[in-house]
Amino acid sequence: MTLFARHALSLSAIALASLSLTACGKKEVPPVAGNEVIITIGHAAPLTGPQAHLGKDNENGAVMAIDELNSRGISIDGKKAKFVLVSEDDQADPKAGTTVAQKFVDRKVNGVIGHLNSGTTIPASRIYSEAGIPQISGSATNPTYTQQGFKTTFRVFANDIHQGQALAQFATQSLKAKTIAIVDDRTAYGQGLADEFKKAAEAAGAKVVAQEFTTDKATDFKAILTKIKASNPDILFFSAMDAQGGPALKHARELGLKATFLIGDGGCTPEFIKLAGNAADGQYCSLPGVPLEKMPGGTVFKDKYQKRYNQQIQLYAPYVYDAVLVMADAMQRANSAEPAKYLPEVGKSQYQGVTAKVVFDAKGDLAAPAVSIYQDKGGNWSYVETVGAAAAAK
Amino acid sequence: MDIFLQQIINGLVLGSIYALVALGYTMVYGILGLINFAHGEVVMIGALVSYSVMMVLVPSGLPPVLLALISVLVAAPVCMALAWAIERYAYRPLRHAPKLTPLISAIGVSILLQNLAMMIWGRGYHAFPDILPAIHFDIGGAQITLLQTVTIGLAAATMGILAWMIQRTSLGQAMRATAENPAIAELMGIPVNRIITLTFIIGAALAALAGLMVGANYSVAHYYMGFMLGLKAFTAAVLGGIGNITGAMLGGLLLGLIESLGAGYIEDLTGGILGSHYQDIFAFLVLIGVLVFRPGGLMGERVSERA
Repeated sequence: MTLFARHALSLSAIALASLSLTACGKKEVPPVAGNEVIITIGHAAPLTGPQAHLGKDNENGAVMAIDELNSRGISIDGKKAKFVLVSEDDQADPKAGTTVAQKFVDRKVNGVIGHLNSGTTIPASRIYSEAGIPQISGSATNPTYTQQGFKTTFRVFANDIHQGQALAQFATQSLKAKTIAIVDDRTAYGQGLADEFKKAAEAAGAKVVAQEFTTDKATDFKAILTKIKASNPDILFFSAMDAQGGPALKHARELGLKATFLIGDGGCTPEFIKLAGNAADGQYCSLPGVPLEKMPGGTVFKDKYQKRYNQQIQLYAPYVYDAVLVMADAMQRANSAEPAKYLPEVGKSQYQGVTAKVVFDAKGDLAAPAVSIYQDKGGNWSYVETVGAAAAAK
Repeated sequence: MDIFLQQIINGLVLGSIYALVALGYTMVYGILGLINFAHGEVVMIGALVSYSVMMVLVPSGLPPVLLALISVLVAAPVCMALAWAIERYAYRPLRHAPKLTPLISAIGVSILLQNLAMMIWGRGYHAFPDILPAIHFDIGGAQITLLQTVTIGLAAATMGILAWMIQRTSLGQAMRATAENPAIAELMGIPVNRIITLTFIIGAALAALAGLMVGANYSVAHYYMGFMLGLKAFTAAVLGGIGNITGAMLGGLLLGLIESLGAGYIEDLTGGILGSHYQDIFAFLVLIGVLVFRPGGLMGERVSERA
């Protein structure tokens, strides 16, 4: 039923977008004004709908980076560089995402930061790749994004492979788990994460004693939990979102299943603790990246952000901030803002950002991404340790 | 063995809830020949109203059992009023329209209620408070909580009262007469419109109770929960023979047991080829099997007469 609503929404979005497209065509911005070079950076994220708060947070990060670049007075190719951010709303919808991408290409932006969701980032990346425009995402975690063979795709965030490996490393080394049960919700996210976790856990010598499945709309998990209880695992890895994970943990305890509960970033939310209640105490979750306080420039960035926007950082703002600066850094080294000229330099980045030192591997993923583990202590997720996914990969 | 017993308990709890919701579908179908697709949404409203009432009353420090009782006493009239309004404004004007028209109206009401609930309660998932202390009983190695015992008991009692009412009271007699032939019933002096409204209202009261049970047993409530539940309960009603009260109870319990045992044993039965993600397929395979051999459902005969 929501399908119809979504359809109508995206239709109107396309209509709107095409309207603004024509509007754009009329007032063409001259790329060079006197002794100044205008560098346009496109930013795409959902700025309306249920994820609007996250999209706005990303945009704030990008705006801060752009302002800082302009205040530095960078000159490229002998001309003063003026950075301009063009922010577009992709509504977290793949169809709207490709419309936005086409719009950026038509406008001949110098680079793109985004998108926020994997679902929009992946289809849009093809359009940028064909136009040869470099793209850096600060939040899309699906591994497929950088595995399509495009030269223009980069990411300054750990992907699901890294997260699955890090969780498995934590389970087998820190928790010393020998037997593991896995439940996944059959979504691209849940299944992908579960597969990576399973591979890494088995490689580390643990035994997967039960693998069960649910859906992202399920409310009854007792049948599969009862089955899992029979195999008596040390660890239950629940690869799904908080809305399923929370109640499932509660029901697991009601059934007398005592396994330590582990969930990925989809469950690393206050919502999870609310739904699981007391059962969440002492259980673990993972988030790509490191907590703000552990980032090289985290506290400074946090203060700057709060001073400027008078609110807390939601999630990805520091990563998006770094993404913009990595892109500008590559332009400076290439001494050009032409996509074709500075693209090879993006891959060679050695940039010390606020989140980490950004070095890319051959695919455009971080060479040494970090994933952090958190534990529920008295109703709050508190930091336990950071697991280097690079170590688990070897 | 304890695992088998545990799956039976899981199935019975799930089945009791399906049965309560299925009754709402089957009673309306029996009388009007209408599949009231909005019924699942009435359950959802029941759960969310109970949730809100409990959230308001939690600071008062009353015992949780009393909270649950008060919440259902509020939720039931809300659901009954809602069902009355749905019948009065979405179905009654279409009483003599072709059969497809009220069905579309029902789907419309369902979407309307979902969006209304989304506006009132938001898109989030709400953690349902525990209404009974977490007491476990041990039966041959299987765990059954006090809540599960109460759920099964309460559902059984409600269904018993309903069956008695339909078979033994004059209201039940009037309902059966209306189901048999509305025109003749009206000629016999039965206020058909009022009987139809009452049928909707009784179904809604059961839905409110089911909503509370779903929320309490699965400890979560949200605006979309009625859709899948409604679909499953409708399946249960068809399995038992739609239009037949005993059939709905039987169908509900059976579907709950099939789902539970299906998820638990499908992997072993198929030698690991099919996993628990085929849980729903298992349930629907049984439905198809039953319908092939008994097109009217397990207890149904009336469907063929009506068709």
